[in-house]
Amino acid sequence: MSRIYDVAVIGAGVVGMSILRELTRYRLKVCCLERMEDVAEGASKANSGIVHAGYDPIEGTKKARFNVEGNNIFADVCNELDVEYKMIGSLVVAFDDHEINVLEELLQRGKRNGVKGLEIKGQEWVFANEPNLSRNIKAALFAPYSGITNPYKLTIALFENAIQNGADVIFDFEVCKIEKDGNYFVVHSADGRFVKSRLLINCAGVHADEISKMAGSKLFKIYPRRGQYYILDKPEKMPVARVIFQVPTEKGKGILVTPTVDGNVLVGPNSEYIDSKDDTATTQEGLDEVFEKARRVMPSLSKRDVITIFSGIRATPDTHDFIIEEDENIKNFINVAGIESPGLTSSVAIGRYIAELVSDKLNAKINLNFNPYREDIKRFSELSDGEREKMIKLYPSFGNIVCRCELVSEYEIVEAIRRGARTIDSVKRRTRAGMGRCQGGFCLPRVMDILSRELKIDKTHITKFGKNSYILTEKRWED
Amino acid sequence: MEKYKVVVIGSGPAGLAAALESFKNLDDKKVLIIERDKFLGGILNQCIHPGFGLHYFKEELTGPEYAHRFIEQVIESQIEYLTETHVIDITPEKEIVAVNKKGLKRIKADSIVLAMGCRERTRGAIITPGTRPAGIFTAGQAQRFINIEGYRIGKKAIIVGSGDIGLIMARRLTLEGIEVKAVVEIMPYSTGLRRNIVQCLDDFGIPLLLSHKLVKIHGRYRVEGVTIAKVDFKLKEIPSTERFIECDTVLFSVGLIPENELSKKAGIVLDMRTGGPVVDNTFSTSQKGIFACGNVLHVHDLVDNVTLEAQTAGRYAAMYSQYPELFENNIYINIVAKEGIKYVVPQKLNKTFVQPFVLRFRVDNFYKDAVVTISNAGKVLIKIKKSILTPGEMESIEISQKILSQLDFSNDIVVSLQNI
Ligand SMILES: Cc1cc2nc3c(=O)[nH]c(=O)nc-3n(C[C@H](O)[C@H](O)[C@H](O)COP(=O)(O)OP(=O)(O)OC[C@H]3O[C@@H](n4cnc5c(N)ncnc54)[C@H](O)[C@@H]3O)c2cc1C
Ligand SMILES: Cc1cc2nc3c(=O)[nH]c(=O)nc-3n(C[C@H](O)[C@H](O)[C@H](O)COP(=O)(O)OP(=O)(O)OC[C@H]3O[C@@H](n4cnc5c(N)ncnc54)[C@H](O)[C@@H]3O)c2cc1C
Repeated sequence: MSRIYDVAVIGAGVVGMSILRELTRYRLKVCCLERMEDVAEGASKANSGIVHAGYDPIEGTKKARFNVEGNNIFADVCNELDVEYKMIGSLVVAFDDHEINVLEELLQRGKRNGVKGLEIKGQEWVFANEPNLSRNIKAALFAPYSGITNPYKLTIALFENAIQNGADVIFDFEVCKIEKDGNYFVVHSADGRFVKSRLLINCAGVHADEISKMAGSKLFKIYPRRGQYYILDKPEKMPVARVIFQVPTEKGKGILVTPTVDGNVLVGPNSEYIDSKDDTATTQEGLDEVFEKARRVMPSLSKRDVITIFSGIRATPDTHDFIIEEDENIKNFINVAGIESPGLTSSVAIGRYIAELVSDKLNAKINLNFNPYREDIKRFSELSDGEREKMIKLYPSFGNIVCRCELVSEYEIVEAIRRGARTIDSVKRRTRAGMGRCQGGFCLPRVMDILSRELKIDKTHITKFGKNSYILTEKRWED
Repeated sequence: MEKYKVVVIGSGPAGLAAALESFKNLDDKKVLIIERDKFLGGILNQCIHPGFGLHYFKEELTGPEYAHRFIEQVIESQIEYLTETHVIDITPEKEIVAVNKKGLKRIKADSIVLAMGCRERTRGAIITPGTRPAGIFTAGQAQRFINIEGYRIGKKAIIVGSGDIGLIMARRLTLEGIEVKAVVEIMPYSTGLRRNIVQCLDDFGIPLLLSHKLVKIHGRYRVEGVTIAKVDFKLKEIPSTERFIECDTVLFSVGLIPENELSKKAGIVLDMRTGGPVVDNTFSTSQKGIFACGNVLHVHDLVDNVTLEAQTAGRYAAMYSQYPELFENNIYINIVAKEGIKYVVPQKLNKTFVQPFVLRFRVDNFYKDAVVTISNAGKVLIKIKKSILTPGEMESIEISQKILSQLDFSNDIVVSLQNI
């Protein structure tokens, strides 16, 4: 296989997908190369989903710039792509005078970064507005423009929109070698395929340093830094209305408690440097740490409500800032690396910046057919009974509930598959089937039936998330 | 809106028995069963092992055989039923919204019987650290894949939890050619029946590791192994007892949770300890005209008890639909679980229906040589000696007319346990 592109992006996380989508605004032949079988299989599926206001990063850094820019345009992008986004505001809570001083510093830094609406609120305000927080809290920094989103749904939406506008995404393509052939980069996958491209963008997340090295580009190092989380069942009443942070330390923004856009409660993450870049295991110590620290802020937190645990890995660069630049020596090779937090918030702004840079370099014309709009799958759980009735008339499978906890219909699953889902997890991220309190206990076999039918494959070939993650090992008899 | 005298939600053994009993007791025989699955019978359809019906039918049946006997009667009686139909809403006014491929259905019921069964606790719910590869199943999933769909789910397995379901699955996997390396149980005792430990583990040489905990799952794409460790009496891991076991499958059988999302929508009061509705001896919930039975009420180990309980619920549901005035202004005596007792069902005695009933309960720990007493106004009414009591086994005590006649109705009924 050989394909020739103007631009190839390595890595289908939220950053890679944002760049890919923005590139389709131009008349360029673009593709993304991804080692897994779906988008958002790295940090972009396992993070806090917070759209940060921008008071954390040191002024003058790329982090500060793209965070604030990203925050400013986030709502518009989510609107175009039909992705949930709620500007619920955030609080950084302080327990003592020292911490109150930190709030003051954050406030000043935020102002210098251009963050609007920051205010330090006193105890009474905090308890009046967040009655479930600890009575030991003395003050809080309020950032009204902080928000929450669904990180993997955003990545998926960017992907779908990029495809709609003519981009290719090649899955199961693990980049292992990069060569130069005249004006082209030749990018090889582990299984012998290759792609040629005039310009190459490295968005390989935690592996970006290896890719950079393969291209003969700048040597920097990415240290994997893991964060562990709990997800709690959808409560009848949300215990917190805003994102609740603790005062940041040198280890990061600390443990937060927040509603998710889907109505669950998210608690985490801690921060620990780990040896392996792909070690997404949770550990007893890590989980205990998260729980104890979160309990300090919200004493009523209960392990009884936990429905699942997971971890995500931050791509922490040794440069202490996002690396977003063309290599001085290797023309047309652009590193977008070390995109740790606030990378999700920044992704849409980084995408625009890189697309402009690339279009200038390649002298690209505007794609007049570019359509910025993408529509989400119609969800049973979100419609009124009247709308449900209409949908069932059109599509009877909308009346067949497959996931009982999240009320996901067969129609939604078929639609997810039509849009590119091939695995159990990819169906799950697109529809929420299996994300509820029973975690697929009921619907896993049913989702497999539908995948097998729609993709015309035997169930023994269905995987959880590609490669060797098969669910069933052998067919014993025919029914 | 369609109207029914009694609507039963769920068609497991609880739903079927409740529907049949309502039907028998109604003049206007408008009874409807709603089931989201393709077939009637509930979880029994995938329980192909024997061990059902010993008490009720005095013979040993498989799950599908047991269900079939009731399904036949439902069909003979021409009781209406809808399958592949999911109830999504119930209101306190007893309006039901159900959905299927034909559309949305709104149904008004004079009374409703909740029989939605339960769901399984998961790996996440018990907060098991490690990676999240493929090859992790709940017992129910495994049962469905193996017994109904005919697939093998792996080659070497670890089972977590030694209740009856875990034990039965250990045997089932072995019979399917999957090597079960061990059954890991955190408690110092199994909550499964003695009979099952012998027939499902001992007979196949499968080790039962009591006071052991699964502390970590390994593997990137498919499970590659687990780490287990011994625990002390506080269930805390003992350092340096960690052991790696290679396997490609982990099966969790760590408890069931009554499925009460709909009950919450109807505003029904739930009991924190059972996870199901608070009911009186008519199986009436806190919402008038809504009854509950089977695993949605509390988790049962024997289907025979489910059937008996459901029959009572069905009978009273029929009564409510014809004579709702009997259920107006009822006064209750509380039935309270004290020392050693985890919960009791029913939680209340309805003074309008002071009729013999069966009190079911579970103890909160493993007990040897103990006495269960039922007392009222400081007076012991019943005293039963037991050589062994375990939380895994549901206990039943008949409250006879004779005992009821001795009750002081201004005081609670107290169930408690004493060591001897
Ligand atoms: C615990 C945690 C919490 C966070 N919280 C927030 C937050 O609240 N708000 C916020 O703004 N940001 C947050 N972030 C940061 C945010 O998640 C990341 O910045 C963002 O997801 C990075 O996206 P990415 O596309 O660069 O990387 P990724 O999503 O990791 O994508 C990289 C992709 O490259 C692929 N890849 C790697 N190597 C190869 C190869 N050799 N060949 C082909 N493909 C390859 C990977 O499979 C992967 O799909 C958090 C991050 C973590 C880990
Ligand atoms: C592996 C296993 C082994 C067992 N072994 C034995 C044994 O050897 N002997 C024994 O006596 N007992 C055994 N049992 C226990 C026995 O099977 C249960 O106690 C009994 O089946 C519970 O009956 P139920 O009707 O309450 O629930 P279920 O059988 O679970 O039925 C509930 C029904 O409600 C339906 N439903 C739920 N929600 C909705 C909704 N919203 N709309 C429509 N329909 C809905 C479900 O689809 C289901 O069909 C075993 C159970 C298991 C899981």
